[in-house]
Amino acid sequence: MRLPSLERESALGGFRQDIEAAVPALRRYARALTRNAELADDLVQDTLVRALRSEHLFHGGELRSWLYTILTNLNRNRLRSLARRPAVQAIEDNDAPDMAGPEAGARDIERALASLVEDQRTALLLVVLEGLTYREVAEVQGVPIGTVMSRLARARMQIKAYLDGERPALRRVK
Amino acid sequence: MSDRDSPVTEDELHAYVDGELPADRRDAVEAWLSSHPDDAARVAAWRAQADAIRAHYGAIASEPVAARFDIDKLTRSGRSWRAIAAVAVIMAFLAGGVVGWMAHGASAAAPSRFDIFTSTALDAHKLYVVEVRHPVEVTGAERPHLVYWLSKRLDYQLLMPDLEASGLKLVGGRLLPGPFGPAAFCMYEGPSGERFTIYYARTDAPQTALRYRAGERFSAFYWVENGLAYVVSGPGDRERLLQVAQAAYDQIDKGVPAKTTR
Repeated sequence: MRLPSLERESALGGFRQDIEAAVPALRRYARALTRNAELADDLVQDTLVRALRSEHLFHGGELRSWLYTILTNLNRNRLRSLARRPAVQAIEDNDAPDMAGPEAGARDIERALASLVEDQRTALLLVVLEGLTYREVAEVQGVPIGTVMSRLARARMQIKAYLDGERPALRRVK
Repeated sequence: MSDRDSPVTEDELHAYVDGELPADRRDAVEAWLSSHPDDAARVAAWRAQADAIRAHYGAIASEPVAARFDIDKLTRSGRSWRAIAAVAVIMAFLAGGVVGWMAHGASAAAPSRFDIFTSTALDAHKLYVVEVRHPVEVTGAERPHLVYWLSKRLDYQLLMPDLEASGLKLVGGRLLPGPFGPAAFCMYEGPSGERFTIYYARTDAPQTALRYRAGERFSAFYWVENGLAYVVSGPGDRERLLQVAQAAYDQIDKGVPAKTTR
């Protein structure tokens, strides 16, 4: 639904429509990044607010990459400010018993992702979940493509090791 | 002798899985995989990981989008800065109190003006750059009012540089309690959310050239000119910060912003 008053700004309308179209993918990315529905939607909302406010700063180019960049930076800032506070980070169902079937598989991939370093998780998710090219991920993360590749390689190695059973001792000690 | 014989690198295996491999190497990689079961197993594992991630999170993109993400609504709320100004003033007061108190504690050890101003400015920088909805009290859209108001409170004609040539837009500014009186603080933002701030405070310290202070995550450039101390703070990249500080310094030195604001 668009308000009549906004029709005057039809040039800006395209920008907003493009942002609107990106919301579902941003929610998916944020959820996988944070593994927390509430946090993820807060991040998406903050991303949208910031993007809309910075409309004048967007000089064309790939809007989607720009939005992923903002969200990734906001998430990094969030983690930094968390790191400075005493640890009150929610650890979701960490001690839940192992289950069989697809439920367990789903939780395993979630925990495997949680075991990654932030930059590796970001790179992996942007490639496999969001379908960005290596070049786009390099832009989002502000690093050379070679760095993206090594993050990706380490992420995949760590997830494989995790799923193959070399999990952190934490899970075995009860 | 063909491409088939040249060894396949691990990077190529990733590129193969992610559809980034140049077409002329695909056959070579596939041949390699058929004769290297360990690599084939790794590739299969990476594909299974990607499938599991997509299976687990993919459906979120098909969920109906909640009203909170309505772009028109967000645009309007983004503009109603005045409605939240009261909250921002209280926050600035509380935050400034903390900064002022910390600076007070620091002054017991009689540090230099450079130390006092840069640590106060870096504290304010850290505090406000993470703010998404209330980073400033008065937005850059009201620039003339912002400059007038802060100049009046500091009793000093301030100059807010135009940093658009450096890719930075004025977000806005706020008044802060400083260690020796009121301080002005304005924030600039780049296209991907990087933020820089300029802190202004009256001082009787003598004129200085640009001086650098490296912090943990943020750094600052400081100088004093005509009874006013300036601190430009930003992310740790020294070159970029210097470029921004230099642009601000030059305009303030000349006494005019790079281009007149509308």
